[in-house]
Amino acid sequence: MKFTLKIWRQESPKAKGKLETFNLTDVSEDMSFLEMLDMLNEQLVTEGKRVVEFDHDCREGICGQCSLVINGQAHGHNKHYTTCQTHMRSFKDGDTLFIEPFRAKPFPIIRDLKVDRSSLDKIIQAGGYISAFTGMAPEANTINIHHEVSESAFDSAACIGCGACVATCKNSSAALFMSAKVAHLAKLPQGQVERQERVIWMVNEHDEQGFGSCTHTGACAMVCPQEVQLIDIAHMNFEYNRAMAKTM
Amino acid sequence: MALDAKIPEGPLKDKWQNYLDSKNIINPANRKKIDVIVVGSGLSGGGAAATLAELGYNVKNFYFQDSARRAHSVAAQGGVNAAKNYRNDGDSIYRMFYDTIKGGDYRSREANVYRMAQLSVDLIDHMNAQGVPFAREYNGYLSNRSFGGVLVSRTFYARGQTGQQLLLATYQAIMKQVKAGNLTEYKRHEVLDFVMVDGKMRGVIARNLVTGEIERHSAHAVVLGTGGFGKIFYLSTLAMNSNVSATWRAHKKGAFFANPSWTQIHPTALPQAGEHQSKLTLMSESLRNDGRIWVPKKKNDPRKPGDIPQEERDYYLERRYPAFGNLVPRDVASRAAKERMDAGYGVGALKNAVYLDFKTAIEKHGKATIKERYGNLFTMYKKITGIDAYKEPMKISPAAHFSMGGLWVDYELGTTIPGLYAVGEANFADHGANRLGANSLLQASVDGNFVLPNTISNYLSNDISTGPISTDLPEFEKAEKEVKEQIDKLLSIDGKTPVDQIHRKLGKILFKEVAMSRNEKGLKWAIEEIKKLRQEFWSDVAVTGDAKGVNSELEKAGRLADYLEIAELMAIDALDRKESCGAHFREEYQTEDGEAVRDDKNYMYSAAWEWKGDHKWDLHKEALKYENIEVKTRSYK
Repeated sequence: MKFTLKIWRQESPKAKGKLETFNLTDVSEDMSFLEMLDMLNEQLVTEGKRVVEFDHDCREGICGQCSLVINGQAHGHNKHYTTCQTHMRSFKDGDTLFIEPFRAKPFPIIRDLKVDRSSLDKIIQAGGYISAFTGMAPEANTINIHHEVSESAFDSAACIGCGACVATCKNSSAALFMSAKVAHLAKLPQGQVERQERVIWMVNEHDEQGFGSCTHTGACAMVCPQEVQLIDIAHMNFEYNRAMAKTM
Repeated sequence: MALDAKIPEGPLKDKWQNYLDSKNIINPANRKKIDVIVVGSGLSGGGAAATLAELGYNVKNFYFQDSARRAHSVAAQGGVNAAKNYRNDGDSIYRMFYDTIKGGDYRSREANVYRMAQLSVDLIDHMNAQGVPFAREYNGYLSNRSFGGVLVSRTFYARGQTGQQLLLATYQAIMKQVKAGNLTEYKRHEVLDFVMVDGKMRGVIARNLVTGEIERHSAHAVVLGTGGFGKIFYLSTLAMNSNVSATWRAHKKGAFFANPSWTQIHPTALPQAGEHQSKLTLMSESLRNDGRIWVPKKKNDPRKPGDIPQEERDYYLERRYPAFGNLVPRDVASRAAKERMDAGYGVGALKNAVYLDFKTAIEKHGKATIKERYGNLFTMYKKITGIDAYKEPMKISPAAHFSMGGLWVDYELGTTIPGLYAVGEANFADHGANRLGANSLLQASVDGNFVLPNTISNYLSNDISTGPISTDLPEFEKAEKEVKEQIDKLLSIDGKTPVDQIHRKLGKILFKEVAMSRNEKGLKWAIEEIKKLRQEFWSDVAVTGDAKGVNSELEKAGRLADYLEIAELMAIDALDRKESCGAHFREEYQTEDGEAVRDDKNYMYSAAWEWKGDHKWDLHKEALKYENIEVKTRSYK
C-alpha cells in the first residue's frame, strides 16, 4: 500500500506549526497505524532527518498514551478503537492521511504530535479517589456489592484517560472523562463518604483547567475507546445537583 | 562481599511479624525531613510512592510517561492472587506459598514468598476499599477464577483489565498525595544515573524528556519500581518504552543483578505477522480456564480449524499433562507449544502458532458467560486480527513477557547499595525460575504498599538529623558530567543504522538462543554476536536531532545501549547454570520425554552478578534453603 501523509510538525510549544507532506510506499496492510509511523521515522533517520514525535507506549489499547487525530477524527475512523489498534487494512491504498495532534486549549502541544494532558491529572487530583490509606481497609467480603452494580461501576472505571473525548468535543469539554470517574466511585458503597465533595471539587477543577462546558452532543461517546456511555454525564450532573442541594 | 539476605529469626509464619516488631520506626514529625526518590509509577513504584507519602515522607516520584496512570502494570489482564480461601477449596497461605515455590521450580527464597502469600490477603482488602470494581458473584461476594500451576481458585479479577483497575486505584492514591503536597511528580523524566555519597545512595541524574535538561535530584534513599526488561527481545508483550536502564545503571554503580537470564516466555500472545511488527499483544492466561489448546495431528493440514474433526486434533497439553491439562504453568505451556511448532505442526501462514479453542466452553456455558469473562479480550483479538474468536479458534504463540531476574535484594528489598531499594518486577525476589500467573500484580502491589514502606524506615531512621542532601556536591557534578558525555557520544556517532534495526537484530539473537531453550554452543554463539552488535551500535547507530527538547530516538538509543550490555550477562548467566529449572531449559539437561532436569546439589542458588567494569562480572551465590517445604521434581502430570 502507499499513502500520502500530511503530518503536523511543530518544534516547540510556542513555535508555529505546519503540515508537512511525506510519501510512504510498501506499507503492509497488517501494520498498525503506529507501525506505519515507525516505518516513516526509520526512513527519516536514514535520511538524517528528525523523526516525527508522537506519544505511545503499550500499543494494546489500554495505557491511553497514544493519541492523534487522523483525517479529522480522534483515534481515526474506526469507532471505539485507539490509534495503536487501528490497522492499515482499514484504509484505502493511495489514501491521503491528515495526521494531527489532539487539539484543545488544556492540551498544549509539546512537539509535533505530542501534547501535554496534565490537565486531566489535575481533575483526578481534585477528588477522583477514595481516601483509603494503606492498612485501613476492612475485610473485603464485608462490603457486599450487587453483581450488576459492580459491573456497572466497571463500565465507568474502564476509562483509559486518553483524552479523545476532549479532542472530539466542539467545546473541548472533559465531561465524559470526569463523569466516568464520578460515576465509578458514586456507584460503589466505598465511594459514598466523599461523594458530595468529590463531584464539586472535580467540576470546579475541570472549569479551572480551561475545559469547556458539555452541551450533550455526544461526539465524545462515539470515539471513546472503552465505550464509556453518555449516561455517565447525566449521572455526574445528578451528583453535582444533589451535592449542591445538600450544601445549600 | 558475602550476601546477607537478612532473613528474620523465628518460624516461617512469624518472620514478618517478628521483623515488624523489632525494626526501627520514625516519629511522624521527623518523616517530613526525609526525602525519598521513587522511580516508576506502576503498582510497585506507585504503590510505594503513595504509601510513603501517606506516612508523611517527602516523596519525589519519577517516571517517563506523561501520567502516572500509564505505567505498564495497566496492561496486566487476568488477575491477582490471594489466599483468601473464599471458595472453601482448601486454599491457605501455606498452599499459596507452596504453589509459588513449586511454580518457581525451587529457586526462590522461602521467607520472601511466604510473606507475599501472607500479605496477599491484606492487598485484596486494600484494593477493594479503594474502589476497584472486582468481579462479583450474584450474591454480592467477590468472585474467583483459576490460573496456571494451581488446583484452587484464588485469582481475583476485574474482567480482563485487572492490572488497569489496580493501577488506577494506585494512581488515584498518588493524585491525592500530590494534591496534599506530600508527593512531587517528575513526569516525562528519565533517570539516567545514580549518585552515591560516602557509600550511600543519595540521588539521581535525570533527563527532562520535554526540555532535554539534565537535572540533579537528591534524597535520603532511592526506590526503583521500574519493572522488567522483556522488551530487550524487541518483540515482547511489554510497552514500547519499558526498559532496563535504571536498574542496569544502578548495577554498574554496585547493585548486584540476580538471575538475569530468567525470562518468562508467555504461551498465549498473538503470533508475529511480519517484519514490521513492533509488539506482540498478550491474550490473558485466564483464557486457558475455558480455552483448549490444540494443533492438527497432521502436518500442514490445509483445512480450516472448524473442519478438523475431534479425533484428528492433538490437545497436546491435555495429553502430556493430564492432571493440570491446559492450566500447566507458563514455562511448560510455552515449551510444549515450541515443541509442536518445531516438529512441524504449527498453524497459520508462518506456522508459528497453535489454536486456543473456546467451542467446548461456549457450548457448556453459553456465549454470554464467556463474553462476560473475557469480552474485552475477544474484542481486542478482533481489532488486531479481524477474526471473531467466538466463531473460530484464536491463534496464539509464545512471546517474551516477564523478567523473573532483577536487582538482587535482601528481605528488606534493599539492594547491595545502602539506601537503594528495588520493588516489583525490578527485583528478583519472589518468583524463582518461573512466575505463576496473577502473582505479578500481587508481588508488585505487596512490595509497594506493604513491604517497602515498612522496611525502608529501618534504614531511614539513621537519617532523621542528616538534613537535605545538597546537589552541589562533587559526586552530583561528576555523575551529571558522565550522563552528558554519553548523550554527546550517542549524538556524535553519525552512523547509518536506525536504533530499531539494531534492536531487532538483538531480539532475534536472544529469542533464538537465550529464550525458551538454551544450549552451550548457542549461548557461546550469542555472546559473540552480542559483542559484535554492541560494536556495530557504537560505531554505526544513527541518532538524529539534538539533546535539546524532545528526542525519542535519543531516548531509545540510550536504552538500547544498556540492553546490549545486559544481553551479554543474560547469556553468561544461562551458560553458568548447567541444569534446567523453570523458564531456564538447557537442552543438555532433560529427560527422555523432554522434561526439565534440575541439579539441586550444584545449582540450588540465586546467581547474583557483580559488575567489575568493562563487561566483566563476578558471580556471588546466595544458597537457597528449604526448611518448610519438601523439594521435589516439579511435575504437572
